[in-house]
Order: sequence, then C-alpha cells, then structure tokens
Amino acid sequence: MTEVRRLMATKDGFDRDLWMQSCDDLGLAGLHVPEAYGGSGFGFVEVGIVAEEMGRSLLCSPYLGSSILATSVILHAGSEEQKRDLLPDLIAGKTVACLAFAEASGHWNSDGVELTALQSGKDVLLNGKKKFVLDGCAADVIIVVARRPGTHGREGIGLYITEGMSTGLGRRSLDTIDETRKLAELSFDGVRAQVLNDSEGAVAAIGHALDDGAIALANEMIGGAQALLDSAVEYTKLRMQFGRVIGSFQAVKHKCAEILLDVELAKSAAYYAAEARAENHPDVSMLASLAKATAADAYMRTAIEAIQLHGGIGFTWDHDTHLWYKRAKSSEVLLDDPTYHRNRYMAFQEVLHELK
Amino acid sequence: MSLSEDTRIQQDVRAWLEENWDPDVSLIDWRNKLADSGWGVPHWPKQWFGREMPVSMMPIIDAEFERIGAVGVAKIGIRMLAAATLLDCANDNQKSRFLRRILTGEDTWCQLFSEPGSGSDLAGATTRADRDGDNWIINGQKVWTTSAHHAEWGLLLARTDWDVPKHQGLSFFVVDMRQDGIEVQPLKQMNGYASFNQVFFTDVPVASENLVSAVGDGWKVAMTTLAHERRTSDALRRWGKVSDRPGRIYDEERAEVATVMEPYKWYPQRAGRIDLIWPRMVETGRMNDPMVRQEVAKLLMLSYTAEWTAQRARAAQAHGRPQGPEGSLGKLASSHLARAAAKVHTLIGSADALLKGSDGATNGVIAEVLLSVPATSIAGGTDEIQRNIISERVLGMPKEPRMDGGAFRDVPKNPARKR
Repeated sequence: MTEVRRLMATKDGFDRDLWMQSCDDLGLAGLHVPEAYGGSGFGFVEVGIVAEEMGRSLLCSPYLGSSILATSVILHAGSEEQKRDLLPDLIAGKTVACLAFAEASGHWNSDGVELTALQSGKDVLLNGKKKFVLDGCAADVIIVVARRPGTHGREGIGLYITEGMSTGLGRRSLDTIDETRKLAELSFDGVRAQVLNDSEGAVAAIGHALDDGAIALANEMIGGAQALLDSAVEYTKLRMQFGRVIGSFQAVKHKCAEILLDVELAKSAAYYAAEARAENHPDVSMLASLAKATAADAYMRTAIEAIQLHGGIGFTWDHDTHLWYKRAKSSEVLLDDPTYHRNRYMAFQEVLHELK
Repeated sequence: MSLSEDTRIQQDVRAWLEENWDPDVSLIDWRNKLADSGWGVPHWPKQWFGREMPVSMMPIIDAEFERIGAVGVAKIGIRMLAAATLLDCANDNQKSRFLRRILTGEDTWCQLFSEPGSGSDLAGATTRADRDGDNWIINGQKVWTTSAHHAEWGLLLARTDWDVPKHQGLSFFVVDMRQDGIEVQPLKQMNGYASFNQVFFTDVPVASENLVSAVGDGWKVAMTTLAHERRTSDALRRWGKVSDRPGRIYDEERAEVATVMEPYKWYPQRAGRIDLIWPRMVETGRMNDPMVRQEVAKLLMLSYTAEWTAQRARAAQAHGRPQGPEGSLGKLASSHLARAAAKVHTLIGSADALLKGSDGATNGVIAEVLLSVPATSIAGGTDEIQRNIISERVLGMPKEPRMDGGAFRDVPKNPARKR
C-alpha cells in the first residue's frame, strides 16, 4: 500500500511511466478495443476480471476514466478516422483521455448539461463548466458533452473533443474524499473543439459509455469489497480480547457472514452484467444499473463494517482500511448513486412488463 | 454413459411398460409389480427393488413413464427420507420389513427429531429410550412433526445413555405410530394453519429389532436423514405435480399426493411471493411512488442476485467442486428475500395489509405472506445457525467456546414442559 499512498499524494494520482508500461506489458488500456485500433479485442468479461483485481489492490490508474469511459465513447461515437487517430495512443498509454459530462447538478445525465457548443466554422466554441471529471487534470484528450444553445433535455446534445492544453480551458483539481481517484473541475471559456458526434447517436454513445463505466466500476467495487472482508476477517482471527480472539464471538462472526453474503450477491450482479455486456444482451443497461447499485451498497456496507471490525485502529490514518472506505464512497456516488440506479432499473423493468 | 446405453435402457423400460402397464389395476398391485421389476426405483440396489442404475438415467426412465401415462412408486413425503435412511443404515431384516410398503405407498412415515427443548441443538434431545428386556420404553415429546397424524411409522431420535457426551448418547428407532401411549396433537401456527404435530410418548414400547444401527449411533443415522432432507426439497416441488388423466389408479395417486402436499400449501407464501409484486403494483397504482419503486428495486435485485449466486454455486459443482456451505448462503439469502418481500407487500398494500381472508388483498394470499414469512428464517436451520456455518466453514473463523461437553446428564437444559 506504500505505492498507493505515494501516488495518491501526487497531482495526477497515477504514475504515467508505470501506466504506459502496464499498457505495453499487459495491454490493459485496450483490452476491450478491437484489434483494428490496436486493442486486444477481448470482451467485458475480461474487463471485469481486470477491474476486480484493480479494485482489490486499490490500483491508482486512469483505467476507469480513460480506458473505459473516454475510450468507450470514442468507440461508440467517433468516426473511423477519429478512432484510428485517437485510440492507438490511448491504448499504448501515451495519452490519457477524460469524459467531461457531469456539471454542478452532480448527475451523469443529459438533463444536467448546460455547457454550450456554439458553431464556429467546422469547429465549435465551448462555454461553461464541468465538474467531477475523472482524471480531468491529467487528461491530454478531453471529450466534452455539450448542447447547442437553446436546447433542453436530450435534444441538442453532442460530443466534442479538445486538448488538455487548449486556450480558454481552466483546470482545477477538486479536493476529493478519495485521494486515490482524482476529480477535476473544468471551465470552458470559448474553448475551440472538434465535433466527435453531434448527431442523435451522441446520446446513445454516452449511454453505452456510462453502462460500460457502471459495469467496470461494479466489478472494481466487488474486488475492493472482497479485499476489505479478507483483511477484516484475518484481523478478527488475531485480535485478542477477553482472553479469546474476537473472531470467535458470534456477534463478530455473524456480521462477517452477512458481509460475505452481500459480497457474493454483488459479485453475481457484477459478473452477470459483464457477461451481458460481452454478449450485447438487450437488457444490458438495466443490468448495468442493477450491478452498480448492488455493488455500491455491498462495498459501502463492507467498508463501514471493516472499520468497525478493526475497532479503534481502523479509524487511524496509518491503517489502510480507510483508503478502501474512501474508494467505496467515491465509487458509490460516481456515475450516480444506488438510488438513482434503482430508479433507472425500475424504468427498464416497466418497459419489460409493458407498463410503459 | 454412452448414448447407446441410454437408448438401450429407454427401449428396455418402454418394452416393459408396454407389456405390463394396466391403468385398471389398483395402485398398490401396480406398485408391487414395479417393486418386483426394479423399474420403480431403478437407482436403488438390485437386492432392494432396484437395478443399480445411475441417478443420471432417471430422466430417461421418467419420460417413458410419462409417455405411456404409467404411475410410479410413491415418491414424496417423509417416507422417502425413511427409505433413504433405511437403505443407508438399516439391517436386511428392517429393509425387508419396511421398504416395499414405502414404495407401494401403503405406509406413510414421520420424522421424530425436533423437541420443544432442542431445535437448533438437535443433539440435545431429551426424549428417552430405556431398555426393558427385549424392548425399549420411550418417554418424552417431539414437535414440528409433519404427517404424524396419519403416519404408520416414525423415525425416532431418543437418548439411550445420559452419562456420555450428548452426541454419543443417542439412538435411532423405527416406531409403530399406531399404538397406545402415543398421542398426536395438531400444532397450530401463527398463520392459522396446522401443518405440523406435537407427539407425546408415555411408556411406549419399541422392540429391539427396530433399533437402526447400533446403540449410540443415533446422531450419525439422523445426520444421514437430514442430508437426504436437504437434497429432496427440490424433489418435493417436482413430484407434487400429478397427472390429470381420468381413472381409478390416477384418482388413488392424486389422493395420496394431496395428503402429502397438504401441509406445504402455504410454502410459496413463506418465500414472499415475489411473483405477485408486479400484479399488485399495477392493481394498486403504487407504481409511481418513488419510495415504493426503491423498495421494489431492492427486492428484485436481491431476488435476481440470489438466483445468480445459486447458479454460480451449481456451476462450480459441475466443475467438480463438492457441494459446500454455499447452501447456507442461499438459505440466508432466502430469509432476507422473504422479509424484504413482506415489507414491500405491506408498502404496496397500505391499509389493506391489515386484512386477511376474502377481505385481504389477492383473496388473502398477501396476508398469508405476511404471516408465513417468519418461518423462513427458522425452519430448516435458523439464520443464526447458517451464519455460524458460513463464518466457520467459509471464512474459517473459530467456534464459540461450548458449555455442553462432558456427560449429558450434567449439561444445563431447558426446564421440562407441562402438557
């Protein structure tokens, strides 16, 4: 965990050389990208496995923000030329991208987008603010969700692409609870950007990218939850109080049994959603919400109980449990919280039951 | 087993059925014929009415019975636990006395394990069996005894030695339920049904020839019964279905199944009736209440993830991993699910949740859910026992120190109950 603590104290929150090396050695960033663009051509089952391990080890990397969210949106929205232009460097780890979507509303949906894209020749000029942007300060490539002036809701939503060093772009690193995952506030003051996709397909592409993000994050969360459960159980087998290890008290054992059940149920949800994504299941969005909500609740509960099971030492800075607790909290809220996803799930269920 | 072997067995059973099946004989005559032929329980030993075929062949054989409309041997009820226990643990004399009449359906059985003073702690049984010449004399009380009111025979766990540790002092008997000194009373549950009985024993003699296995082996034999019980809960659902063909032999089978299934008719309700959530939301118009939507989503997600977790466990088994404590995780999940379902049904029903019977929602089924769900976290091993199993066998956490070592005589017990 020394490495996690070192990286979380840096500005970017990850080590660029290390990231490039793991892209080179393991092909991490291009796992689910077709081989035509330099990827490995695997599916989301493999993404799930990798994400679970990353969650377990609390790896500090731009995987979720760049390799999943931004890469997915490029894959779903970009032209053939843009994909060939952008993806190889992202996959090689030479560049990092971010998806700037949420704003002050704090939701990852089109309704909350106020940032405008004003046509200027064949480019656009972006004006407005983005918040909660994963790896927003570190990103070389910035993909922005913006709307044509005067539009509302899903109407007029488009995807635009600009560079991290663009004129008029202000970047501020937000002071986050979870220091292992950096979020940024980006302000756009007439920033020149190219169109990635300003057709109706943009909203669909954003939806696909968010589903991919939710599924990857759900798998990351179950890895973290399992790590917390393992460390808490191990501790209860060592810690002596009242002349016996505390792991022999039923109050402690039963708590651990319930956490295990939660984690196993959440694993089933995350694996099922990843398989559904790999097979392009028609209900993948519904299953993504199910997985995100279930994994987030299980991770948060595990984190709360892991601190409780450690007692006083679990509340100290030097002990590592709080690092996972903070990751659990950031994962719970990022890409919208369980309440939002349950509501979204119910909307899909209504359609399935032909009530809408 | 090769495809040709499958085909050969299919041809054999088909030929035998075409030669012998006769819907106009009595149920018992037909089943005696099945017992003699070995086609009633082909997975049983050849010596005991079977053909020593692998269980995996059973679907092929069942399909042939189904094709021609032939009735099978008795397949449901506590008698099947008795059969499994006797096959594993009884001597030849006992097998020859009991097994045939189990298959023909002439005898029904009950299981006399739980007591008012020993539920989760089954090995703490205090019903006693005292030796008296060639007999054992039984005194005590059993509870939660399904089918005791119509059973011919009972599987009894009783204490024969009070001076050894508790698991070593138990013995296992077959008891004739139709004799003086045995009083069977229905036990009415909080949901209004009386699906079980209490059984009182006062100086009831049991012949030594009815002792199963050796004196002191009772716990081991009872564990055999319980292992089969866990395996047969699925079979109950499968075999509870009956043919709707007309005719005497089918009528007799339908009556038999109805008798066995009667105590289980509220079991779907105790699991929470999640299938009724959508119809109820549509019926009540509560679909658009954001709070209802949240709770329903939680319930549905729990239901699906529990099912997928069971699938993962089955897949792991199919890859050669033995059945482990995953069953306890599933049992615990079903308790959570049942409780969550009761909560959601209440939320959807609002004040209608106050009413039962024909005044209640869905003609009283919802009320039955609310009143039956508490059984789920108790029956078949309480949630607390499941959490112990999970924490000890999956997570490797130590057992609690125990207070029940040494001679059972000295172990603290519940006070005796008054009748």
